[in-house]
Amino acid sequence: MSLATPDGHLKKGCLVEEREASILIKGGQRKNQLRCDTDSIAGCVSQRACVYCGARVVLNPVTDAVHLVHGPIGCSSYTWDVRGSLSSESELYRNSFSTDLKENDIIFGGERKLARAIDELAERYNPPVVFVYATCVVGVIGDDLEAVCKKAASRHEIPVIPVQSSGFIGNKSAGYRAACDTLLRLIEPRSADCSSGKKHETKSVNYLGDFNLAGEAWIITEYLRQIGVEVNTVFTGDSKCGNIKKAAGASLNIVQCAGSMGYLARRMDEIYGIPFLRVSFLGVEDTSASLRSIAAFFKDLRMKRLAEELIQRESAAVKPQIDSYREKLRHKKAAIYVGGGFKAISLIKQFRELGIEVVMVGTQTGQEEDYRTLHDITDNGTVILDDANPSELERFMTEKGAHLLVGGVKERPLAYKLGVAFIDHNHDRKHPLSGYAGAVNFAREVQDTVCSPVWKYARGTGGGIYAGI
Amino acid sequence: MPASESQTATYRSINSNPCSMCMPMGGILPFKGIEDAMVIIHGSQGCSTYMRRHIAEHFNEPIDVGSSSLNEKGTIYGGAQNLFHALDNIRKVYQPRLIGILTSCLAETIGDDVEGIARDYLKQRRPEGVSLVAVPTPGYGGAHSEGYWMAVKSMVSHLALPTKNHGGVNIIAPNLSPADIREIKRILSLVDLRYTLLPDISDTLDRPIARTYTKIPPGGTSIEAIRRMPGATATIQFGLTVEEKLSPGCYLQSEFGVPLYNLPIPMGIEATDMFVSLLMELSGSSSVPQTLAMERGRLLDCMVDAHKYSAQGSAAVFGEPELVLAVTRTCAENGLYPAVLATGSKSNELEQLLSPIIAECPQKVHFLEETDFVRIRKACRESGANIAIGHSDGKYLTEKEGLPLVRLGFPIHDRVGGQRLLSTGYAGTTIFLDRVVNTILEKRHNDYRAAMYRKFYRKIREETALHGEVR
Repeated sequence: MSLATPDGHLKKGCLVEEREASILIKGGQRKNQLRCDTDSIAGCVSQRACVYCGARVVLNPVTDAVHLVHGPIGCSSYTWDVRGSLSSESELYRNSFSTDLKENDIIFGGERKLARAIDELAERYNPPVVFVYATCVVGVIGDDLEAVCKKAASRHEIPVIPVQSSGFIGNKSAGYRAACDTLLRLIEPRSADCSSGKKHETKSVNYLGDFNLAGEAWIITEYLRQIGVEVNTVFTGDSKCGNIKKAAGASLNIVQCAGSMGYLARRMDEIYGIPFLRVSFLGVEDTSASLRSIAAFFKDLRMKRLAEELIQRESAAVKPQIDSYREKLRHKKAAIYVGGGFKAISLIKQFRELGIEVVMVGTQTGQEEDYRTLHDITDNGTVILDDANPSELERFMTEKGAHLLVGGVKERPLAYKLGVAFIDHNHDRKHPLSGYAGAVNFAREVQDTVCSPVWKYARGTGGGIYAGI
Repeated sequence: MPASESQTATYRSINSNPCSMCMPMGGILPFKGIEDAMVIIHGSQGCSTYMRRHIAEHFNEPIDVGSSSLNEKGTIYGGAQNLFHALDNIRKVYQPRLIGILTSCLAETIGDDVEGIARDYLKQRRPEGVSLVAVPTPGYGGAHSEGYWMAVKSMVSHLALPTKNHGGVNIIAPNLSPADIREIKRILSLVDLRYTLLPDISDTLDRPIARTYTKIPPGGTSIEAIRRMPGATATIQFGLTVEEKLSPGCYLQSEFGVPLYNLPIPMGIEATDMFVSLLMELSGSSSVPQTLAMERGRLLDCMVDAHKYSAQGSAAVFGEPELVLAVTRTCAENGLYPAVLATGSKSNELEQLLSPIIAECPQKVHFLEETDFVRIRKACRESGANIAIGHSDGKYLTEKEGLPLVRLGFPIHDRVGGQRLLSTGYAGTTIFLDRVVNTILEKRHNDYRAAMYRKFYRKIREETALHGEVR
């Protein structure tokens, strides 16, 4: 049974009708509009998390901050040290603190408990900043987080900033914005020595939307150093309160994960006049293009030359390996289901580099612009979908005959049960996927999973697709 | 001066690095052990996703959990419409015969009457052959262990019907691994008894690669069997630490007069003996099946072989109350005495049940309830514990204090095979004991050369240096 009719129209009878507007087949519809960035539909088993999750993933890599979750224990428990963000110094961010609200706190309010918790943490750890995350109940019982934080800030003479991340006030993207608003409150107005006249001379950038998973921000910072660009602040991988405060001193913001950080870039442009460039360091093609566009921005011939040299050197170093993997992977079919648009777009290019065709692509929080790009760069017949669920992933992977899926922890077992190979593109991975080194890791991982001999045995007992065959 | 951990250890304003999860998380697990069942969290979208992620990572299985995806509107005007919507969609996609509805902090705080909404739904939609089980599991009402028991009890209280005695036995299991459950089923299969095991995750959360993928995994306790539980001759519940109001066994006893045998998890020689002898009694058999007798003998052989190594262990045991009790009993009967006993739950029963064991320990035992890992770490340091036994979050103790961790319980998210960890019955206990003792041996073998050097040789050298007799 095929999902699409010969002219590519989406066949009716999608499991839940309300979801149809969020799914399209490239080349099949007159309108290329896909519904996205809306609330998830009840009972559809969305793979998305909540506002709090969005805020927490963005802020948590700030290494010397106290991350205090104001709410019952679960929200703190599920986010304790689960991210593979690395630190060059402080390890404070790897703790998960909670006010652990109990029934009485819900009835009588949690403000006093929160104030005591901040006091205790400030004394125990002497942090330069405290982030206080609001959870669902806090939004309902009416604790005045602003007031509690303001008082605590003056008591301890450090910024204590509430994060408006009650789970029900929107989707994960709202959490990204809440985190960006929190970061904006930390950033100090630009000091005199980096006034606009000197901006371009410093050639320093803020790098937005890299969380230093397995040291990825370090890899990119080193590339930039080699072409003569100084990284002022990374948002937020391996960053510290002090770096964030002086973020206004940069002359350019480069934005990788635009889904989470595009808003911060736009706001910093408005407030501090810092322009921004969208970049991506996933895959050889995107990494090279990003380095070139940064060099082009600075209109610096030496930088352009250094960038070309680096691109030449690094590409040549990884080419033989990537070529050898491509030999084995050509004509395989991939499905993509990831968090944000930038990742999905970069992955399509990366798969092309490996000779792999993308038959399904979707994201949890992609924006209209992302989907327009996805529509432009995919082949006819590719399924594009927003806020998918396990049933849809199962159906489209099966119908499209995907050999592998890229996704997060929740999607992995589904892929395996269907006999589909899997690439972990999640937050807790232990290997970098950025830059040239990351491109090799990626290709290697695709080969390891697609060409594993286990599928040969699994095919004997199971149905499904079974990669590598 | 910064306050030290010791000054703040009893301070309750803050939980640093939690040793527990929330009630709805625990509530999901038993629903995954019911045939043709699905489960919905009535709350904002994140709850179900976080929990799915945690559970999927432990079992390496797809874990589908619905959400009523409460948004601002639902929060202000009540979430009934969202929940109706969620139930409609879940039925359409999964065609379940039973849907568990777990509440979240949000649903409870806005005061949604989930029981009432479920009744209205059944009245209005009249879905054929679908049962709804509403479970109050506010995230602030307890830890995941309480959520687990609350869910099991709610299933029984919603589904059980007055039934004539059918001669079977009810077995009610706590949060164990699928391998543990399979082992309990194997033991039951060796005895001439018909039984209903609730819940039964042995196949649903450890499913083989199969020809066709079904959205709800095959297996689990059948709904009909749960309905008939009141007709059983007896209930065996592995739930000594369970409060009466959360106890499915107590409910069946008080409502339907089914005698309750509340036992510890059959882990360790004593507890497994208790289980096996009760099975003998209930089945009217006079002798223990030969297979079990052999396994018992092998466990004893293992205990004797290992006893001097066991004696070198000083254990920090943490996790859900029922498991802490079982592990502590097993360790103690091997002369491996606990130094720290800790749970994230609040459990008066646990402290009471542990007190005879604690009394017999040669050293002071730190007992911590409603605790977190900062406090557990401090207790480990103070007591000189040298081995940790519990779920994956104990890796914090390894990283900070160098304590080797024997992984057991839920969740195991940094290793594969959490679903296959076997520790019940004579055979499972033997495997568990091997894991523990080998961990002690590995640490000792790694450390002893340097330790002896530091302890004895360096002293000679230092004294030599002190007396100026340097060669």
